[in-house]
Amino acid sequence: MTKKYPLRIVAFTCFNCAYAAADLAGSMRLSYHPAVSIVGIPCTGAVEPAVILNAFEQGVDGVFVAGCLDGECHYKTGNLHARERVRQLRGDLERIGLEPERLEMYQLSAAMGSRFAELVNEFVERIYGLGPSPVRPGLDCGERKK
Amino acid sequence: MIVAEQKPFKEIVECLRGKYDLLIVPCMSCTAVCFAGGSQQGEELASALRIHCKMHGDGLNCTVRSLNRQCDPEFIEELAEEAAKADSILSLACGVGVQFLAERYPDKAVIPALNTRFAGGKTAPGIWEERCSLCGNCVLHVTGGICPITRCAKGLLNGPCGGSEQGVCEIDPDVPCAWQMIIDRMSTLGRLDELLAIQRPKDWSTGNAGGLRRLVREDLRG
Amino acid sequence: MSGRSKLQQVLENGGFAVTCEIGPPKGAAVDALREKVRFVRDYVHAANVTDCQTAVVRLSSIAAAVHLQGEGVEAVAQMTCRDRNRIAMQSDLLGAYSLGIRNLLCLTGDHQRFGNHPQARNVFDLDSVQLVDMVRAMQDEGVFQCGEPIRAGVPQFFLGAVENPFADPFEYRVLRLEKKINAGARFIQTQSVFDLERFRRFMELVRAKNLHRRCYILPGVSPVRSVRAVEYMRDRVPGITIPDQIVQRMRSAADPAQEGVEIGLELIAGLREIEGVAGIHIMAIAWEQVIPELVERAGLMRSGYPHIHKK
Repeated sequence: MTKKYPLRIVAFTCFNCAYAAADLAGSMRLSYHPAVSIVGIPCTGAVEPAVILNAFEQGVDGVFVAGCLDGECHYKTGNLHARERVRQLRGDLERIGLEPERLEMYQLSAAMGSRFAELVNEFVERIYGLGPSPVRPGLDCGERKK
Repeated sequence: MIVAEQKPFKEIVECLRGKYDLLIVPCMSCTAVCFAGGSQQGEELASALRIHCKMHGDGLNCTVRSLNRQCDPEFIEELAEEAAKADSILSLACGVGVQFLAERYPDKAVIPALNTRFAGGKTAPGIWEERCSLCGNCVLHVTGGICPITRCAKGLLNGPCGGSEQGVCEIDPDVPCAWQMIIDRMSTLGRLDELLAIQRPKDWSTGNAGGLRRLVREDLRG
Repeated sequence: MSGRSKLQQVLENGGFAVTCEIGPPKGAAVDALREKVRFVRDYVHAANVTDCQTAVVRLSSIAAAVHLQGEGVEAVAQMTCRDRNRIAMQSDLLGAYSLGIRNLLCLTGDHQRFGNHPQARNVFDLDSVQLVDMVRAMQDEGVFQCGEPIRAGVPQFFLGAVENPFADPFEYRVLRLEKKINAGARFIQTQSVFDLERFRRFMELVRAKNLHRRCYILPGVSPVRSVRAVEYMRDRVPGITIPDQIVQRMRSAADPAQEGVEIGLELIAGLREIEGVAGIHIMAIAWEQVIPELVERAGLMRSGYPHIHKK
């Protein structure tokens, strides 16, 4: 049941690829959900698990990390490390009691503006499906998925 | 170094039932080196616990305060102020640190976040292996630098036993036979004939079967 | 209660000794045990009783040995290092001697992981070499392991150990055998031989160091009853090597049990021809009934030396 509710999503995007793609999407006047807060960073390899956990702690409904395609990372293997970290963190989320699907890793190139818009909308649909984060007390969230 | 690993998250949560003001104490020594109890792990654990507790409506205040080591009263003293405000302390040190904390702050619930495993070292990225049983009576000079007490499943001093096959221990195909390794090493050193000498029964009283061990250095007592 | 054991006498008089192994029951009832003994007693010089073999709890070796002797066969008590410290070992040995046991086989012992109590703590206060040495010092020097004199009766066992020519490292096995002989072992029983060629090579190395003159070597023979039995031995029993050829023979045999006996007889015949072999040790696990046939057909009844212990 995809009831709409006030949504908060944080996206960590690397300057070289994903952030540039987001920028391109803007130039192409492509539409994607406005609730995504885009954080630009030099490389997704710099995203520490503690930062992602912190976001969930503050009640964010979904987090995604977007980096370069395999072999295209400006810092060689930052994107690979990020992917592995996201994978492990999803396991941790499950152990803590949160749905691992609230965290995702995407890979794309700077030229893929339409792909950026597409993945944002895909992710937003998924998060609506999961319901608001159970870590956000005191808010009118409608139907919560247990 | 001492190698430890984090307890399952559920187990830690269970220990904290009924607690509201938690002081998390990472250790910047051995447990940081094996990525079980360092500052980073402490911060992640704090976040995870807060998330879990917010979800279950309990609420939990978590403060994180790292110490260089927890096996020295000097460092533990630094926690006094934070400890006073807490009702519980979660230590990310080895069993030694947990006990020192508990002794200094006896009115707080002191909880181990880790299971202390063994004294060992890193053999490959992400892999640590036991190397020393702390027997107090080292024979490494006799066995070419390979410890038979720790690495032989039966702790033989005149090995190998009849279960050694193709250099592998009978208990586990992934465990090399320590005595095969000792024989190979001593052969390389040209000292194989030394192994003909019968090694006498070990004095186990210097190990932990002899009871609590204590070392006193009169020259350092100040 | 002094004097040489019968096994010792047979070997020292130059006879070809036949021993067998009997597994004690997994309980306190000894009727079946006594039955097994009655079956084999006319065909062997002595019978070993295992000590919680493969770390499975069974009636104790020493107690079983006493039952054996009550039924008229001389026993060889076995003692491993896995379950007892030096205090319990010496105590049990004094008790065994006082109850009439005269032969002792010292072993390291299979790791508890193989048995039915894998969570048990193992002991290994001593290893098998140290155990042999300790018993030798008890009987030759009359002292306990700590050096204190034994004032209330010194035990005298015919002392044995085991060696496994099929474990690795191959060459080192002979050095280890020498160590055990230096420590005081007077007889050696080996793990079951299936690979005659490898055993012949082992004996070559043994003879090169003159060890066969210092110690009586009795290779082990295990007649196998079924394909399952031979595969179990190959895969699950530590320290046993079985050539594929033998497994194949068992698989393609019309009557596997009979084939097992034939293989056993061939092995015995082959072993008797090797210089330095002083006897054989038959380990017919869960098949003690085959021992009389094996001993008779191997021609070991007609060797013309005192053989059958008549009550």
